[in-house]
Amino acid sequence: MRGRALGITLGAALVALLALVPLIGLHVPWVLPGTVDVVNATGTLEVLALCFIFAGVALGYDVLFGYTGLLSLGPVTFFGTGVYVFDIALSRWGWPLASALGLTVAVTLVLALVLGAISLRVGGIAFAMVTLAFAQAFYYLVEDNPHNLTGGDTGLALSSTRLPALLSGAVSNTRSLYWLALVYLVLAAAVVRVVTTSATGHVLVAVRENEQRVEVLGLRPFGFKLAAFTLSSLVAAGGGVVYILLIGTAVPSAVASTTLTLSILVMVVLGGPGSAWGPVAGAFAYVYLQQYLLKVAAEPSFASLPAVARVPLSQPQFLLGAIFVLFVLFVPGGFAGAVARARARLASRRPAAPPPRGDA
Amino acid sequence: MTVLADLTFSALALSAVYFLAASGLSLIYGLMDVLNFAHGLFMTLGAYAAWDLTTHLASGLGAPTIFALGVGASIIAGAVVAGLTELLLIRPLYGRPISQILVTIGLDLAAVGLLLGGFGSNSLSLPVPLWFFEATHWGALNLPNADFVALAAGIVVLVGLEWFLRRTRYGIIIRAGVENRDMVRALGVDVGRAFTLVFVLGGAMAGLAGLLNSVVFNGDLVSPLQGDGLLIFAFIVVVIGGLGSIRGSAVAALLVGVVQDFSNYYLSSHPGMAEIGNLSVVLLLAVVLEWRPRGLFGGTI
Amino acid sequence: MSAAVELTDVHVSLGGSHVLQGVSLAAPEGEVLALLGRNGVGKTTTLRALMGLVPHTGSVRVLGQDVSRWPAHRVARLGVAYVPEDRDVFSALTVAENLRLAEQVAAPDYDAVYELFPELRERARQRAGTLSGGQQQMVAVARALLNRWPLLVVDEPSKGLAPRLVSELTDVLARVSATTTMLLVEQNLAVVRRLARHIVVLDHGAVVHQGPVADLDDEDLMRQLLGVSA
Repeated sequence: MRGRALGITLGAALVALLALVPLIGLHVPWVLPGTVDVVNATGTLEVLALCFIFAGVALGYDVLFGYTGLLSLGPVTFFGTGVYVFDIALSRWGWPLASALGLTVAVTLVLALVLGAISLRVGGIAFAMVTLAFAQAFYYLVEDNPHNLTGGDTGLALSSTRLPALLSGAVSNTRSLYWLALVYLVLAAAVVRVVTTSATGHVLVAVRENEQRVEVLGLRPFGFKLAAFTLSSLVAAGGGVVYILLIGTAVPSAVASTTLTLSILVMVVLGGPGSAWGPVAGAFAYVYLQQYLLKVAAEPSFASLPAVARVPLSQPQFLLGAIFVLFVLFVPGGFAGAVARARARLASRRPAAPPPRGDA
Repeated sequence: MTVLADLTFSALALSAVYFLAASGLSLIYGLMDVLNFAHGLFMTLGAYAAWDLTTHLASGLGAPTIFALGVGASIIAGAVVAGLTELLLIRPLYGRPISQILVTIGLDLAAVGLLLGGFGSNSLSLPVPLWFFEATHWGALNLPNADFVALAAGIVVLVGLEWFLRRTRYGIIIRAGVENRDMVRALGVDVGRAFTLVFVLGGAMAGLAGLLNSVVFNGDLVSPLQGDGLLIFAFIVVVIGGLGSIRGSAVAALLVGVVQDFSNYYLSSHPGMAEIGNLSVVLLLAVVLEWRPRGLFGGTI
Repeated sequence: MSAAVELTDVHVSLGGSHVLQGVSLAAPEGEVLALLGRNGVGKTTTLRALMGLVPHTGSVRVLGQDVSRWPAHRVARLGVAYVPEDRDVFSALTVAENLRLAEQVAAPDYDAVYELFPELRERARQRAGTLSGGQQQMVAVARALLNRWPLLVVDEPSKGLAPRLVSELTDVLARVSATTTMLLVEQNLAVVRRLARHIVVLDHGAVVHQGPVADLDDEDLMRQLLGVSA
């Protein structure tokens, strides 16, 4: 229990620190992902806000993957739903903000229940493939630009007329959008934490470990799986809403592609599935590294490198994929797993503490 | 009538490519429980290998010879890369199926990233004999030669695969392993070799599928993302056919090819339905799963 | 007399439960050792650990080799024929294909197998999944005899078979035992009496009794160990 209190304290301190970042005008060379080497420069704040958004989405995704043991390949369906429904309601139909939000939640809920009910009829690998197929159908749908709603490949820009001035996409508002993204992450983390530590959360883990045993206890695994699917979808849609507010344009390849699904999966696995902070760390590492590598590759000195080094280094997708392969092979459990092993090793060296009995 | 016949024929060619892409996936899954995301990469590399070889050969060899060599290159590239994937990435993770899936996802991301870096995201053009663009006339029918080639390749591979699975010792090991891997081991058979073999076989078929996909449906263009696009349909074919079943893959490939081609032809001209062919395939998947959650031929090879 | 199989302090954990908790036993060469015990005490798991089919700790020696860390196919090729519980014939394969899969030596002894089970010759092209339980058991035993391997590991051969088939099968196993060391898990004590010279009784994942087959006649002991009157 002491560990949990420590974790919450650490998390709160980190959030407080991150909340202060837009106020810090410190000059830091090299490490920042933006083009300007100042901590609260717009570019850096934008990248950090993206980190928050995908950390939240990754946490929601992990309810399904890490806790319930369901490999879904369709989180973008719901992230994209959040992006597009919200964007369409505001920009195409001119709805007020609250109605647009309400519609986004309602559509996500219905879609999650319907698609979840269909895809959860199959288990394991088939579930992965079916969710992938639905995600692909969603991609085709928004790319198709039906009734000129989604803008297709050209994208759909977010109209700011119905937005409060603080959230409209102007550069000067990056600060408030940054805070909004941080609030989203804290909310997502809180919801996921409450659910996964509740009785329902324990059933989800039991479903992952042994579905038959859950049935023997008289519980219907299907209902719990559908609940996890829906929760994870709602969190993803929330991330989509904050994303479109931050970025301002919805393009299918950025918000509905399989690549994004795989990125979310990579974040969770890098960080450590089924851990309270792993997916957050994974998302930060992934997004930060991706943006940082893009910045480095755009620098003029980079072009003078020989092709052998330049070609692989200019592709974040290559480097992140390679890192991911190495993690899967050599770092099981990701960051969270590595930390847990390191702590176990430290604890075993300390003779004062009596070893836990039973499960040696 | 002729429209119907032309359409059926092009649907068959599409089905043949889907079958080539899906049958290896299905065998790999059936034997090893590995959902191989790198299968799209094997297809892409097959097409690139053919492009690389055919654009570097002296044109004095003649277009048909060059193209035939390109076919060989695509098959060999797919087989070699797939075999190495199994030995270097899958093998260390035996007994951890989710990690095996993840490692293929990482490989696909990394390698496609490398292709994008090396060749750019633009498509490259394959040198293809002119004969492919011509059509054979049968009465009122106009049957494109490229479709013939795809269909012939699909049939040859289907027959060859059936022969291999039923007549050879390794074929029997694979069919037995799909049913019960542990018992095959307990009879003294090293199943690990069969694992490598299905990857090599699957990779060879995927390489060929990638090349044919470029020639028949992509206007001779090769691009880093083409395999990943095809992979989704291969997944759908595998699920509809039943994981692990070759005959299931063949039937499902026919079904998917026909549904996609026909709905494309008859419906896609309506406003807002340009993607109806692809969407109807997903709908087909949902219907089949509601009706038979294990696919059409689930559990048999 | 050396031991054909020697397990020392073998532990197995499956899905969080500690199934084998330090099994030690030895099967003497050239004899039939029967492994007895109630349902769920770990008999099948003991055989699977011996075959290298489940992860385990402790030492397993088979035919003079330490096979503790060997994969199953290497253990089998050492000369261990295995007839699993529930037969595990490959139902999509024909009878002939099931047998062909089991071939591991240059000259598999089809003559002997068909002499013992003439019915299999007639049904060579039939799919094993369409056979009766008794016929499937014949395929499973035939697979194990094909290579004339020195050690036969059999898990409940009489399970689910009609009495007439049980006695036929016991005849076959008795003939085989003349030339082969056998480790036998069996609930049918009549079969055990007919085949085995020694018995080992398991309970809760550990050996609780070893002795000659005559111990089966000690009714008090058997009631205590097996919960049945012998």
